[in-house]
Amino acid sequence: MKAAVIVFPGSNCDRDLAVALERAGAQVEMVWHKESDLPSDIDMIAIPGGFSFGDYLRCGAIAANSPITRAVVAHAGRGGYVLGICNGFQVLTETGLLPGALMRNAGLKFTCHTQELLVETEASDFTSGYSKGQTLRIPVAHHDGNYNADEALLARLKGEDRIAFTYGNNPNGSVADIAGVLSENRRVLGMMPHPERVVDTAHGSTDGAPLFDALVNAVVSA
Amino acid sequence: MKARVFVMLKNGVLDPQGEAVRHALGSLGFDGVDGVRQGKVIELTLSESDEAAARSTVTEMCEKLLANTVIESYRIELSA
Repeated sequence: MKAAVIVFPGSNCDRDLAVALERAGAQVEMVWHKESDLPSDIDMIAIPGGFSFGDYLRCGAIAANSPITRAVVAHAGRGGYVLGICNGFQVLTETGLLPGALMRNAGLKFTCHTQELLVETEASDFTSGYSKGQTLRIPVAHHDGNYNADEALLARLKGEDRIAFTYGNNPNGSVADIAGVLSENRRVLGMMPHPERVVDTAHGSTDGAPLFDALVNAVVSA
Repeated sequence: MKARVFVMLKNGVLDPQGEAVRHALGSLGFDGVDGVRQGKVIELTLSESDEAAARSTVTEMCEKLLANTVIESYRIELSA
């Protein structure tokens, strides 16, 4: 399983994400945003958290128009896996790979704490290592995680079982407590919480590890 | 030619920053502010001199980058 972690100016969770993927057995290459092509034979792309381009204009908007992002969209179009965490989720909504938008937290404050998270579906290669209804404790750290979807989109996400995770105690005003959503083909996941920060007992929790393990296993056994 | 692009959250999308400003105005004693919406203004200096062509290009810029049309609306003003 070969994974690419995209690095933008202002990314700051890129190395954590690489370590989490390597720990699950992936071979990881870091790819600078100015590259226009991905390394060959990439199975999955991970877009890390951080503050790409200083969050100028809107979070993720400039990154969504970086040269490498065209290659990311093409990879997703071929049915490839893409995981976007925090700022990575914002980038994915800005590219249109995931629907909806992430707005300023309703409480206006940057929120940074260990968050209770509920697994809403196990029917994806990202979430198959969890059980539906399972409660996880995973850190959040963001200022713009308030997921916005109109009623039609919300009904569609629910009807197609595309809500991956919801918050236990909504920290940001997200509609329907949504913390993570899947694409139509279930190969693209965007989520605000940081599973890469809880993959080792030394982190105080390993609740994030099953996500990376399940994904790597899905690719290896495919 | 200059273009000014006004980007606002769409009607119906809650604007938490506007709400915070409204509360702050109330606590300063400015009564009667029923609503505040906060947006942004982007000024562009263009080499294009034809108004129709400029409007068409700036509209494309708004759709592709300057506004997120999922949650934001935009308005373009052109001047010589």
